[in-house]
Amino acid sequence: MVAGLDLITSILLIVGITFNTLGVIGLLRFPDLYTRMHATTKATTFGSIFICLAVIVYGLALFIGKADSQYLVLSIHTFLAMACLAFTNAVSAHAIARAAHRSGILPKLAVCDRLAEAKL
Amino acid sequence: MDQWLITIACLAILIIMATARLLVGPTAPDRVIAVDTVNTLTIAIMVLLGVIFSQIIFIDVAIVYGLLSFVATLYIAKYIGGEL
Repeated sequence: MVAGLDLITSILLIVGITFNTLGVIGLLRFPDLYTRMHATTKATTFGSIFICLAVIVYGLALFIGKADSQYLVLSIHTFLAMACLAFTNAVSAHAIARAAHRSGILPKLAVCDRLAEAKL
Repeated sequence: MDQWLITIACLAILIIMATARLLVGPTAPDRVIAVDTVNTLTIAIMVLLGVIFSQIIFIDVAIVYGLLSFVATLYIAKYIGGEL
């Protein structure tokens, strides 16, 4: 058992919970679709990446301490989950924003709309 | 092992808060991004459950869940944009 492992994982988990909470508060409080998407996509992805990092650090530390290969498998699979999360969230948010603009939802308080001017 | 359980409890509370936007949300894309948030938090909870029960299969389930929710979100986006 590596000394201070609980402290390191707790710090990473607290950072993750903080950013997830900020994202969900933004989802509840912001005025229109695009600002809500701005809050949730980035903050929630960042927080979940930190939670996965805590699991990766835990698995690697126990692998070094106990030399049991299942902890290394835990770390590798969590890294795969983290990579899937990071890529898919960005792409799906882009797709939803494009679809919302096509279906006629405009940002509140916006003064210009470059996407409508470009006529894509 | 306490920190993992406390994190799961916090994430469950956040999922309930995001469900409020899912119920209220004035337009359909608002509901879609609320579902997307719930999916992301669910993936984090599945990874933590895999640590607590020391079952690596839970993390594989989280990977597959993330990819399937990505495909579902893309199809809903196509439907909302009128391209389907």
